[in-house]
Amino acid sequence: MTEFTPVYSLLGGALIGLAAVALMAVHGRIAGISGMVGGLLQSPTSADWGWRAAFLAGMIASPVVLLIATGSMPSISVPPTTAMLIGGGVLVGIGVTFGSGCTSGHGVCGISRFSARSIAATMTFMVTGLLTVFLVRHVIGG
Amino acid sequence: MLKLISSFSIGLVFGVGILVSGMANPAKVLNFFDLFGTWDPSLAFVMGGALIVTFVGYRLVLRRSAPLLDSNFSLPTKSDLDARLIGGSAIFGIGWGISGFCPGGLVPALGLGRAEPFYAIGGILIGISLAKLAIKALDAKTESKADIATPATGNT
Repeated sequence: MTEFTPVYSLLGGALIGLAAVALMAVHGRIAGISGMVGGLLQSPTSADWGWRAAFLAGMIASPVVLLIATGSMPSISVPPTTAMLIGGGVLVGIGVTFGSGCTSGHGVCGISRFSARSIAATMTFMVTGLLTVFLVRHVIGG
Repeated sequence: MLKLISSFSIGLVFGVGILVSGMANPAKVLNFFDLFGTWDPSLAFVMGGALIVTFVGYRLVLRRSAPLLDSNFSLPTKSDLDARLIGGSAIFGIGWGISGFCPGGLVPALGLGRAEPFYAIGGILIGISLAKLAIKALDAKTESKADIATPATGNT
């Protein structure tokens, strides 16, 4: 069980949106995290490498802000096995590369631009995510 | 330098948003997907909050002729719903449903000082590398086929 957190989730979502708008206003770029991670695998001399690395570094540093503000790190709870983390990760990496984006790039930035590709992508990964959790929790794990 | 500081700061805000929203917590993501079990609708509020702000903000920002620190806006131009988009997104959803970490949720979790997020990012980097190789091979194959089969009038 996790607690239903409508206020924090709405507030956090608004901050994500604010950052996406700021990245467009200042740098002219879509805030797609999978694209930034994939871009890191290119040569560090490529034009986009620096801002992508800086953005991701800012994200990695963000728990420190919460630590200072609240006195503790946010707690998370992860799937039970290392194989699920690595295997799930491999599928995520393959999927976002073929699908040109993830929850941030398609789900937030793309839908905000009414991109038909992003709407189709988001509907697709939401449905397969739902089916996968159903299989893992109620069929295999049932 | 200004670009890097600005990008780092925006990434920091993005990351705080992810952490506050609950997206960095796989249990919360997986419970969102678990309609017939321990359903937690919180993530719908994350999407809602992010979409409202981005929808309005993009409309204001994209009226300008250029971003502050670059010469132009880089926006995706593709519009076709091809097999790679749908197939790739389907695979992404399966992986997300197994690990509970999407890339945006995972990156801030790397800063929590725990080992598990590093397993997931390792997997993602392997997956991206494999897919890039596969895409290169597929594109090379399509090109060599096109060389042989291109009619004088071109494809329509």
